[in-house]
Amino acid sequence: MAGRTGRRRLITALDANAEQLGVRIGMAVTKAQALVPGLIIADCDPVAEAEGLTKLALWALQRISPVVMADPPDGLVIDTTGADHLHGGESTMLADMIKRFAASGVEARAAVADTWGAAHAAARFVARPAIIVPPGEGEAMLRTLPLQTLRLDPGTVSGLITLGFETVGELLEQPRAPLALRFGPEIGRRLDQTLGRIAEPVDPVRSPELIEARKVFGEPIGAAETIARYIAKLVDALCAELEKAGLGARRLDLLFHRVDNTMQYVRIGMAQPVWDPKRLTRLFRDKLETVDPGFGIEIMVLIAIQTEPVREKQRISSLVEEPEADVSDLVDVLANRVGDRMLCRFTPVQSDVPERSVARIPPLAPETGLTWEGDWPRPPRLLPRPEPVETMALLPDHPPVWFTWRGVRRRVRRADGPERIRGEWWKRDAELTTVRDYFRVEDEAGERYWLFRSGDGEHEDSGSQRWFLHGIFG
Amino acid sequence: MPSHSVSPAIAELRERIAHLEGPGGRARSVLPFGLTDIDRRLPGGGLGLGCLHEVAGGGNDAVDGAAAALFTAGIAARTKGKVLWVVTRPDLFAPAIAQAGLAPDRVIHVEAGDEKALLACFEEGLRHGGLGAVVAETARLSMTASRRLQLAAESSNTIGLALRRWRRQTEAGDFGQPTASVTRWRVSVLPSRPLPVPGLGRAHWLVELIRCRAGESEDFEVEACDDTGRLALPSEVAHGSPQKEIGRRIASG
Repeated sequence: MAGRTGRRRLITALDANAEQLGVRIGMAVTKAQALVPGLIIADCDPVAEAEGLTKLALWALQRISPVVMADPPDGLVIDTTGADHLHGGESTMLADMIKRFAASGVEARAAVADTWGAAHAAARFVARPAIIVPPGEGEAMLRTLPLQTLRLDPGTVSGLITLGFETVGELLEQPRAPLALRFGPEIGRRLDQTLGRIAEPVDPVRSPELIEARKVFGEPIGAAETIARYIAKLVDALCAELEKAGLGARRLDLLFHRVDNTMQYVRIGMAQPVWDPKRLTRLFRDKLETVDPGFGIEIMVLIAIQTEPVREKQRISSLVEEPEADVSDLVDVLANRVGDRMLCRFTPVQSDVPERSVARIPPLAPETGLTWEGDWPRPPRLLPRPEPVETMALLPDHPPVWFTWRGVRRRVRRADGPERIRGEWWKRDAELTTVRDYFRVEDEAGERYWLFRSGDGEHEDSGSQRWFLHGIFG
Repeated sequence: MPSHSVSPAIAELRERIAHLEGPGGRARSVLPFGLTDIDRRLPGGGLGLGCLHEVAGGGNDAVDGAAAALFTAGIAARTKGKVLWVVTRPDLFAPAIAQAGLAPDRVIHVEAGDEKALLACFEEGLRHGGLGAVVAETARLSMTASRRLQLAAESSNTIGLALRRWRRQTEAGDFGQPTASVTRWRVSVLPSRPLPVPGLGRAHWLVELIRCRAGESEDFEVEACDDTGRLALPSEVAHGSPQKEIGRRIASG
C-alpha cells in the first residue's frame, strides 16, 4: 500500500512477505521499488478504508457491545463494561474476537484496559495478539512504553524525542507547565485521558437502518420507578415500529446518556425474534439494577441492534393432546441473567469416545429426536479429565482386582467389560492405534466406577497401559 | 391420606387447614412412583406436583451426586414437558440422563456461575409454569430460599427437585437443617446382587424418605431407574423373602 503525504509517496501498509524483504512503513515508494524488484504497490484509498472500518464497527456493535466507535486509521474502540461476561470473560472474548477477525482475513490485536488511551497503547505496542491490563495497573504498564503510544501528532513526538524523552514514564516525571508552554495543552490532555484523570467519551457508531426509539428528558430522571416507566414507553414505541416492519428483535440496546456526559447501557438478547412489549419490558426490568443513573439521565435511546423477520406460526389445536408450553421467554430471561453460552441442550455426536459424544446446541434449536446409541451404561458424572488410578489387574482383558483413587483403596467385587473404544484416526494421526478398554466396576460398598485402561494390554503402541478413572455411576 | 376419619373434630380441623392452605392446597395432582410400597407412604399417593422435593446422595454420593442425579432424572423423566437442569459444576454426562429416560431434546441445561444465580434460575424456572420439572444441583438451601422456591412451585404447579450436592463430605451434615421442602430423600448405593455369570446387574439403592410433610419417613430398597425412569423392587422382596424357604430346606435336610 502506498499513500501520499504531501508531495512524497510513502509506504503506509505492507504484508509479512514484504516486511521480510526489508520494506518498512514510512519508506519512500521509489526506495522500496529499488529494494524489491517486482513489488506490488496499490494506492491506498482512505475513504474506502474508513468505510471498511465503520463496517467492522457495526459488526462489533451487533456482536460484542453497544458502545463501539471506529478509531481511524486502524482501530476500533469497544466499551465492554458489563458485556464481557456474556462472552465468557475478557480473555475468551478477546480470543474469540481475534479469531473471528482472522476468519475474515483481518489480522487483529486486542487489549482490555481501564481507559481508552491505555487500551490503545497496549493493543499497538505490547505486541501479543491479546492482552488484558488488570484494573489499576495501566499506569505501570504505560511508564515503560515509548512516546508514540500517547496518540500525539508526529511533530510533537519527534520534538519530545529531540528533547531526550523516550518513554511515557519520563514524560510523567516532568512538570507540566514548561511542556504546555512549548507544545501546547495537547500533551497534558492526552496523558490525563490515558491515565483516566479526565473522561474521554466514546461516541458510538449508529447505522441509519436500525430501528430506534428515543426519549429526551427536560429534567434529568434518576428514580428507578421513573426509569422503569419510561422503559415501558420506549419498548411500546419500538415494538409498534418493529411490528410495522414485520420484524422481531433479537438484540436490543438501551443507552442512558447521563448528565455528566457518560453513558450507561443495557443489552438484552433473545433466542427468537420477539415483538411482545411485555416480554421485552420484563427483560429490561431484570437488568435495571445494573444501571447507575448518577446525577440523572437526560436521554434514553432504545435501539434494535439485531432484528429478524418474524414467522407467525399457526397453532394446531388438538382436542386430544395438550400443546407443549412455549419456554422461549424463560430461555430469554435466563440467558440474560447468566449469559447466552451458559444455556444449552446436549445432543448426540457420532463418536465412541465418551467426551466427544456430546455436543452443545442452543436451547431452542429444533428437536432432533436423536439419542445416544448403544446399550453400554454411561455414568451420570464424567470427570473433566480421566484421573490416573493405581490398580492391579491381570492382562490382557481382566478388570482390576483393586484400585486406589484419590488415596482410597477399593476392592473390586464385580465388574463388567471390557468395552473397547478405538481412537478416531480420522481426527488425529496419534489415535491411529490407540485403544481404551472400559470396565464398570463395583466395590465392596456397592459404589460403581468407570475405569479404563489406556491400551489393549498386549500392544505397546495401543496406549500407555495405565489405568484411569473416568466416571462415577449411581 | 384416608378420608374416613371418624372424629368430627379432626374433620373440622382438616377443613380449617385446607382453608388456610388456600385453593388447590389438597387437591394437588401427584406423580406416583408406580411402586405401591413407596406410593402408599406419600400423601396423595405420589410426589406432589407443585412442590419442592429434596434429593441427596448418601455416603460418597453426597459429593458425587451420581445415584441422586439418576434418581432425580428418573422422576423428571416421568413428567411431561421440558425439564430445566441448573448446575454450578458442569460434570453431568448427558447420555446417562438419557439412559434414565430423560430424552436429550427435553432437557435445557443451565450453568449458573454461583449458588445465588442458581437459586434465581431455579425460582425463575418454577415460576414459569411451562416446564415439566426443574432440577437444581445446590449445596446450600436456606429456609428462606426453600420457602420462596416452594411458593414458586405452588404458583405454577411445576415440580421442583433440589439435588443437594456438597463440595466436601464434611458439609453434608447441612442436610439435617430444616427447609420448606415437602419431601426429602436420600439415595445411597447398596452392593448389587451377584449374577449367575460374570458381570454387573442392575444397581441397588437404599432410598430413604427422611422427611415427608403429612406423612411418615421410611426406607426402601429398590433397583435403580430403568430406561423410562422407573424404579423396581428387587425380585426377592417382590416375591417374599427367600430366607423362609431356605430355612425350611435346611431344617428338613
